Amino acid sequence: MSTGAGGMALAMAAAVRSGERSARSVVEEHLAVIAGREDEIHAFNLVAGDAALERADLLDRSIGAGDDPGPLAGVPVALKDNMCVRGVPTTCSSRILEGWRPPYDATVVEHLSAAGAVVIGKTNMDEFAMGSSTENSAFGITRNPLDATRVPGGSSGGSAAAVAAGFAPLALGSDTGGSIRQPAALCGVVGVKPTYGAVSRYGLVAFASSLDQIGPFATSVADAALLLEVIAGHDPLDSTSIPAAAPDLLGVLGRGVEGLRIGIIEELSGSGPRSLEGIAPDVQARLAEAAAALEAAGATVEQTSVPFTVYGLSAYYVIAPAEASSNLARYDGVRYGLRVEAGNAVDMNTATRTAGFGDEVKRRIMLGTYALSAGYYDAYYGKSQKVRTLIIEDFLRAYESYDLLLSPTAPTTAFPIGAKTADPMLMYLNDVCTIPSNLAGHPSMSVPFGVGDDGMPVGVQVLAPANSEPTMFRAAAVLEAAAGGGAS
Amino acid sequence: MAPDPPEVARISRDDVTHVALLARLSLSDDELDEFTGQLAAVLDHAADLDALDLDGVEPTAHPLPLRNVFRADVPVAGVDRDEVLAAAPAVEEHRFKVPPVLGESP
Repeated sequence: MSTGAGGMALAMAAAVRSGERSARSVVEEHLAVIAGREDEIHAFNLVAGDAALERADLLDRSIGAGDDPGPLAGVPVALKDNMCVRGVPTTCSSRILEGWRPPYDATVVEHLSAAGAVVIGKTNMDEFAMGSSTENSAFGITRNPLDATRVPGGSSGGSAAAVAAGFAPLALGSDTGGSIRQPAALCGVVGVKPTYGAVSRYGLVAFASSLDQIGPFATSVADAALLLEVIAGHDPLDSTSIPAAAPDLLGVLGRGVEGLRIGIIEELSGSGPRSLEGIAPDVQARLAEAAAALEAAGATVEQTSVPFTVYGLSAYYVIAPAEASSNLARYDGVRYGLRVEAGNAVDMNTATRTAGFGDEVKRRIMLGTYALSAGYYDAYYGKSQKVRTLIIEDFLRAYESYDLLLSPTAPTTAFPIGAKTADPMLMYLNDVCTIPSNLAGHPSMSVPFGVGDDGMPVGVQVLAPANSEPTMFRAAAVLEAAAGGGAS
Repeated sequence: MAPDPPEVARISRDDVTHVALLARLSLSDDELDEFTGQLAAVLDHAADLDALDLDGVEPTAHPLPLRNVFRADVPVAGVDRDEVLAAAPAVEEHRFKVPPVLGESP
C-alpha cells in the first residue's frame, strides 16, 4: 500500500532486495553523510562503520545466493545507546556504563537483524534517558540538524537528529514521558510511542519500567509503520509483553479518516478556559490547521475535555523518579561499569555512584528515594498512583466518544541550547503533552505539521486507545499528506 | 483506613542529606544547597495534586493488568558466564570481587 508520500526506507529495502543496488552502496552512502556532518551534530556515541559494512557485504552475498534478507534489507538503523547489542559498547550516555559491552542482544536488535537491517551506530541521549534536550549526556550535547544553535529535544535526541540529518533513514528511541515524540517534533520527523507492551523491553536499559517503551523514528509515516511492524510482537523474555502478534500497519495506511471521530484535548491545546498555559501561539495555530485537515478528509473533529491530563506532569515527576531510584540501584560498581575503589563496600558504592552519575540523574534518584521514603510515601507516591488511575479513567471515558485524540506534541519549537538547563522544572514542562500517554500505557505519535514563527518544525500528536495503532497511523498518514510531508 | 498523612513540610537540607545517604551519593555543601532548592521546586509543583479528592481511588502501579507470567519449563542456555564476568570491575575464581563489606580493609 503506497501512501503517495514517503517510504524512503521502504524504497531502499525494495532496491536492495531486487538487486537494483547493493546493501554496501546504501551503507557507504550513509557513512559519507555521517562523515560530512557528524562533527557538527554529534548524533552518535558510536558509529559502527566497519561492522555495518561487513554486515552489508553479508547481506549482498545472501541476496546474490537468492535469499531474501527481509523487509529492512540493507537499511541503516541508528539505535539509541540504551539498547543492548552484544559486544558493542552501550553507555546510556553515562560515565557509569562507559566501556560496558553487553553479553546479549536486545530483542529489538534481534528483530532488526532478522529483517535484514544494518545497525549503523549508537545514538547520543540524555543520561539514562532523563531529559528533554540531550544536554544531559556525559559525552557532549547533540545539535538540531535544522539549526545547530538549538537542541534536538530529548531524551532520544541523537536518534531524532540522526534521522533528520540523513545519517540513517530509521532510528529507534525509547519513550518514558515523551522521549521519542518530543525530539521527533523538534527535529521535524515522525516519532512513535507504541502501546505499553507492544514492543519488547528486553535489552533496553531500564529507566521507569512501568512507562518505558521502545519505538521508531522515520522521515515518513510509512517508514515508521514498517519499522514498528518489524520490532513489535510478543516476547517471552519480557513479562510485560502483550501476548499478541504485531498489527498490520502498512496495509491500512491508505484508508483515510472518513467517519472517524477525533477529539482535540482542550487542556493541552493552549486555547479555552481549561487549557494549561505555555502552549505557544504558533503551535496552537498548526494544531488548528491539522484539525481542519482531518475534518477536510472526512473525520468529525471537535474540542473535548480530558480534565485530569493537567495533573500528568506532577504525577509523572513522582512516579518516574521513584521507579528510577529503584532501577538505578543496580549501578553499584560490582558487576559492570565504573568502579571507584574505596576501603569498604559502601564507600566504594558511594564513590562509584557519585563519580559515575550526572546531576540530572542524581536529582531524579534523590527525588524518587524521597518520594518512596517513610513518612512521604503516601503524600507523594501513593497520591500519584491514584492520579494515574484518574488519568486512565479519563482517557477511557474520552474514547467512548472519540476514536482518536489530538494535541500538540511539545509546547514550543526547538529552543536554543542552554536555554532551560539552569531550571529543571522549566525543562520538565516540555513533556506536559506527552506524559499522559505514558501514564495510561496508550500509543501516541508525533507527525510534523508545518513550522513555527521561527521556521522550526511543529509536531502534532495523535493519541489512540491501547492497541489502536492502525487507526492512529491512518490519521498520521492523512496529516502527513496534508502537510505536504513525507520523505522527498 | 489510616488517617490522611499530615501536611508535608517542604523538603529541607537535612532531608536531602539523608536521602543522599540512602541513595549512596556524596554531595558537597554547594550541591546540597542547589539540589535542595531544585527538589523543592519539583515537589511544590506536585502540590497541585493536594486539591484532588482521591478517597476511594485505587492506585495504579502499572498500565497492564499483570499476572505472573511463566514460560514453558524447558531448559535454555543462559548468557555466557565468562562474558558476563569479563565486564566486571574485579573478579576472583569466577565470582564478583568486592572490598570488605564490614569495616575497613586490612
